[in-house]
Amino acid sequence: MINTDVVIVGAGPTGLFCAHQLGIIGIKCEIVDNLDKIGGQCIELYPDKPIYDIPAIPECTGEELTNNLIKQIKPFNFNFHLSDRVQEIRNEKEKWIIKTSRGKEFITSNIVIAGGVGSFEPRKFPSKSCEKFEGNSVLYSIKDKAIFKDKSVVIFGGGDSALDWAIELSKTSKVTLVHRRDEFRGAQASVDKIKELQKDKKIELFNKYSIKDVKGNESLESVEIKDETDKSKILKADYVLGFFGLIMQLGPILDWRLNIDKKKISVNTENFETNKKGIFAIGDICTYPGKLKLILSGFHEGALAARGCFKYARPDQKLRFEFTTTSKAIKDRLGIKND
Amino acid sequence: MAKITYIEYNGKSHTIVVKKGLTVMEGAVQNNIPGIDADCGGSMACATCHVYVKEDWFNKLLPKNEGEDDMLDQAYEPKQNSRLSCQIQVSDDLEGLEVHLPEKQI
Repeated sequence: MINTDVVIVGAGPTGLFCAHQLGIIGIKCEIVDNLDKIGGQCIELYPDKPIYDIPAIPECTGEELTNNLIKQIKPFNFNFHLSDRVQEIRNEKEKWIIKTSRGKEFITSNIVIAGGVGSFEPRKFPSKSCEKFEGNSVLYSIKDKAIFKDKSVVIFGGGDSALDWAIELSKTSKVTLVHRRDEFRGAQASVDKIKELQKDKKIELFNKYSIKDVKGNESLESVEIKDETDKSKILKADYVLGFFGLIMQLGPILDWRLNIDKKKISVNTENFETNKKGIFAIGDICTYPGKLKLILSGFHEGALAARGCFKYARPDQKLRFEFTTTSKAIKDRLGIKND
Repeated sequence: MAKITYIEYNGKSHTIVVKKGLTVMEGAVQNNIPGIDADCGGSMACATCHVYVKEDWFNKLLPKNEGEDDMLDQAYEPKQNSRLSCQIQVSDDLEGLEVHLPEKQI
């Protein structure tokens, strides 16, 4: 059980800056994120796209912003728990006990939800019968590519993951690639490679087709695909892989009995606390009158929520307001030597 | 201004007047029309404002923006007449536009 002052749910810009503000006022925190990297939407959705409305930074990309935020909190040495998702929370003697999907446990005075529009999960096939085989022969990610050796693998999708895996698996498996339109959105070099493999009959390609159903009793036997006029074809398949990108889902947060309004968590604007004592929500996931979904608003919310956390983490102490330019205590926390 | 009709998957229809310059997505969200989520807020970074536009109207709309089809790949049950409603700007010419909402957004 990890004992801490604050658990931040979400390692996007808002969560990172809130961590900075906690560090500045001398509060410990642990940061959990379902993605395998730090940065949230900035990294997952627009690492290369420019952002023009960060105060005093005329232009930066999502990746640059993330890297700078990581650098800014480096002195505090906070722990990140990536590829993990906060699953359950319960209240016990003025503390929150948190369990993650990987089985980690935390005991904390505060939870700050900085979850954006929810956690990123793979988008799944619409067909109900896919659920029966999910995790065994219907997969949305690959852990061990050895299982596909000499098997028939049908891959759906038109982005880089679909193309890269089609190319890779075509070395050892019988690969069919299915995509709903003619153009692929993956890198041009990969598209060229796919066309080349198709010419050499190493990959079978079906454009303008999508999945209709999967079939099989004990194990998966085939997958039915349909074209735009609903004409269908059956392909033999040992494995069906879907790479349709990620969707964002609120997931377990919905079960925490917070006041939710249109998939957003209602908070006060004094310290962004929710209806539950010690649970705060900041950034895109929170809502209040006048809420703007801007990164800069998330920074402001994080700064105030950090002060809200102090109250519960150090109930016997009074928080003094200090500036980073002049406070010796803050400079010590930042590891800056006074001269 | 244009009168726009949103038809839910279950057939329930909502006709509202949307101001010029807003998007079809914003018209729905501001009027609490169920079935359009718009998680990313209109930045073409998700596919949760997905609508179907019948052929006669589909061809009258400005063509899709670069990247819109890439996002539509990730929509629930995309079809040839799929659009992201955040990319359809309302103008007087759209008077009478009908959009059909998919069974779900994700």
